[in-house]
Amino acid sequence: MSWNSWGDFWAMGGYALYVWGSYAVTFALLATEATLLCLRRRSVLGHVGLVARNRARETNRGTA
Amino acid sequence: MTATMPPNANPGLRRLNAFRFSSPQTFYPLAGKILPYFAWAAVVLGAIGLYIGFFVAPTDAQQGEAYRIIFIHVPAAWMSMFIYVVMAFWAAMGLVFNTRLSAMMATALAPTGALFTFLALWTGALWGKPTWGAWWVWDARLTSELILLFLYLGFIALHSAIEDPRRADKAAGVLALVGVVNVPIIYFSVKWWNTLHQGASVSLTGAPTMAATMLAGMAVMALAFWMYAIAAALARVRSIILERERQSDWVHEYARSLK
Repeated sequence: MSWNSWGDFWAMGGYALYVWGSYAVTFALLATEATLLCLRRRSVLGHVGLVARNRARETNRGTA
Repeated sequence: MTATMPPNANPGLRRLNAFRFSSPQTFYPLAGKILPYFAWAAVVLGAIGLYIGFFVAPTDAQQGEAYRIIFIHVPAAWMSMFIYVVMAFWAAMGLVFNTRLSAMMATALAPTGALFTFLALWTGALWGKPTWGAWWVWDARLTSELILLFLYLGFIALHSAIEDPRRADKAAGVLALVGVVNVPIIYFSVKWWNTLHQGASVSLTGAPTMAATMLAGMAVMALAFWMYAIAAALARVRSIILERERQSDWVHEYARSLK
């Protein structure tokens, strides 16, 4: 272990900006992509459900 | 392989076993089933990799703590190239066999590949500044990686610019195949040209030039990114399948079954 304290850890030997700048952006972007994928799935399911309901209504009207 | 066959599946597909999962309808539920395993593997491996990277791997003798960017920089760069090759493979399969799912896989991989390419460039810039004194240099390795980002963005833009999805698959597929020539250029750029970028840290021949724990941290993070990329691509391809098959009966039945 290279660290004597948490302060030591966060300071990254003077390279905090570079190291944490890399890690923060990486994990922020991965989390953003995962969130966008969830939102896309929700919107697609909503749209597909709407199409399915409309289709069902039209079929019912046709047979009535 | 038994029991998982949906009742209304095309009987012709049953005979063509190798192509069974090339139908979006059969692949959709399979993708949904395996997705959580890849997502959890990414989280667990990521946690282990970060622990090794920050608490087990020693300080570098030359670069101090700045070198710890390696645990995301190198895996992101590997993934940027690997995803491109896989994307080009699916694009080629789509062009040769005219299978819809192959082209959908290629389309699903592109944004994740672009993301890793951007991350390789971003972390590279943040590593370059303290070690080379510059955020960016027009060096062979960096320039070819930037071209890779443009190839991904070009693929996405071209695909979304063409309205007919089948024509979009073909045009973007050709672009993906032409661009694959850039991958070996990136990989070998540090050998072919005299560049500022350091050579490969890991090679098949010869001993690695770094401590075993550093190498382990990098390998585990690469696995984590790999699992993440698979999970993201599967999640995206599921949405793409629903979008593109929205007129078919199985999607309507599926949508109703969720209510």
